[in-house]
Amino acid sequence: MSNERPDDDLETLFDADIDREPTPRSQRLKRQFDLYVVAPARVAMTDWRAIVGTAIITIFFLMGTVGVWLVDRPTSGDAPVLAPPFQNLNYILGTDTFGQPIGAQLIHATPDMFRMVFAGAVVSIGFAALVGIVSGFLRGSKIDTILMSITDIIITIPGLPLVIVLIAIFRPESPYVIGVLLGLDNWPGLARTVRSQVLSIREESYVEASQIMGISTGTILRRDVLAQLMPYITVNSALASRRIIFESVGLYFLGILPFTTFNWGVMMNVAYEGGALSRPSMYHFLAFPLLTIFLMSFGLVLFSQGMDSVFNVRLRARHSSTIDDDGGPEP
Amino acid sequence: MEANYFAKRVGQALLTFFATVTLTFVLYQMMPGGPAQALRNQILAQQMGSSNTINPEQIEQLIANYTNLESDAPIYVQYVQYMSSVFLEGDLGESLYEDAAVTELLAERLPWSMLISVYAMVIGYSVSIVLGAVMAFKEKSRFDSVSSVVVIGLNSTPYYVAGILFIFFFSIRYKVFPTGGRVGLGIEAGFNLAFMQSIALHAALPILSMSVLGLGTALTMRGNSVRVLGEDYLRVAELRGLRNSRIATQYVGRNAILPMYTQFMIGIAGVLSSSVIVEEIFSYPGVGLLVYDAIQVRNYPVLMGSLIVFTLVTIVAILIADLTYGFIDPRISSGGTNE
Repeated sequence: MSNERPDDDLETLFDADIDREPTPRSQRLKRQFDLYVVAPARVAMTDWRAIVGTAIITIFFLMGTVGVWLVDRPTSGDAPVLAPPFQNLNYILGTDTFGQPIGAQLIHATPDMFRMVFAGAVVSIGFAALVGIVSGFLRGSKIDTILMSITDIIITIPGLPLVIVLIAIFRPESPYVIGVLLGLDNWPGLARTVRSQVLSIREESYVEASQIMGISTGTILRRDVLAQLMPYITVNSALASRRIIFESVGLYFLGILPFTTFNWGVMMNVAYEGGALSRPSMYHFLAFPLLTIFLMSFGLVLFSQGMDSVFNVRLRARHSSTIDDDGGPEP
Repeated sequence: MEANYFAKRVGQALLTFFATVTLTFVLYQMMPGGPAQALRNQILAQQMGSSNTINPEQIEQLIANYTNLESDAPIYVQYVQYMSSVFLEGDLGESLYEDAAVTELLAERLPWSMLISVYAMVIGYSVSIVLGAVMAFKEKSRFDSVSSVVVIGLNSTPYYVAGILFIFFFSIRYKVFPTGGRVGLGIEAGFNLAFMQSIALHAALPILSMSVLGLGTALTMRGNSVRVLGEDYLRVAELRGLRNSRIATQYVGRNAILPMYTQFMIGIAGVLSSSVIVEEIFSYPGVGLLVYDAIQVRNYPVLMGSLIVFTLVTIVAILIADLTYGFIDPRISSGGTNE
């Protein structure tokens, strides 16, 4: 994200001509803080999706940090086998076929999930943004051709089968490695979409204006293009996380990833293979992991939606203003 | 200039395919201990049942048969041999477990996978484009907020979870649809009504659960439409008194769908990929299930072959996208190189 507002830049442009006191540093910082922290937070507070999304993600984060510390790691035979949910406070979500409390398993699966998501999202979004922006802006040049050829090659290799082959060969166990593998198949599609967004943005008159003014390509990329793409990138990092959760849980569910840790997918696999669909006494064993995945991705999607309205310049102009103005958010 | 562009794109597609086949070769070489070591174990395990012992030369021979790799030759010879058998002979090797060429296995399964993938894509995308556009037009209305929540909810449901729920409700509880397979037992194949019906019934649930994948597009479509709705040219169009339907299709629809066009084509790769998981859940015997079965026994030639074929399908789709993109967005094709 660019860290100067365009107005300041214009001011500095004309500073040489106009005899004027420069803005004190503290005030500049304060203004930037208003613009980039306070105003977005205010917009976010008016958007229920951002609130709910942030809340859900925070809960999962707490599950993965404090929860793991508070709740003991479940072991077989902790409790009666297949206890129904909401009966006993010690295992409120019931227990599975090995007598492990389901709630504790869900909690202990969270940290590895976050590790996977983190590794995957960083890899895929970073690559996608870099490749997409550079190649979109240099459309037609050699760099664009090379970058897009590489992207095309990776994009056309269907991700899941490739990941499956890689997993079959290397049998990764570290959540970071799994995350990176899943992220690797994720970036090319996004890079292409970012590129086509850049192509549209590039046609906008203000980018042309910047070019005519002789502003360097790097600055244009950073200020005009990246700023326009910010909502897109933020929204997509949440969506990429969701996709990585989907795929990793799916692969655990199919039993393709080795069952080395607690994972929602592993629980689903054990329940599903145990015939949970036709055994009412096992419904809760399958239902709670499903619900957890749903909730987590629901939170991520809501968050991405909320962030969209925070960053989206047009929506923002319509819905809110910075702290300098006295008007609150409009209805 | 047109022909030049065409040739360039086709060339790129060929290059892509070439790179993919190279990748599978690299993957073989990257196996711990190389292909020979990795496959030797599989072959030995497979030969366990039959009591006859096999000597190392025979194993070499078998590996060459299965994978087109002569594992004792220098690496560049192996590479040339591997590439030439794929490109010149169309030979993807042989399955370790069935007595059949990988190409045969794939050719038999591919139409079924394409059937469910194509329908899933068409249904998923057309529903979400219409829904997204309507949501944008009614931005901030009750309809918008309710359907946003519904779409977000559906979008947060992994397709395999949707599949499990579909099986649970439609197949086990109410027995409307079969739980698996692609046609009913004892139904005569051919162009008769019973056969077609049976195919449709068996494909319905996989298609439905895969089409959940496309639903996220509704939100993208909504976002794009909202963006377009704020443009000046739209106000001009309204001031000109153009009909709403014309504004909706030619101004908003066109400009909102455009950025997603490549996404659709790439979606084919995503949907095809998802068939691995969906087909396993519904035990629908397409390529996905073939891949799944191959992983269980580490049937590497089948895995690599499927990877190549999956890629080939996607290459064709993306080639079509590239070649038609210029027709849809004149800005792209007229732009040329302006730096």
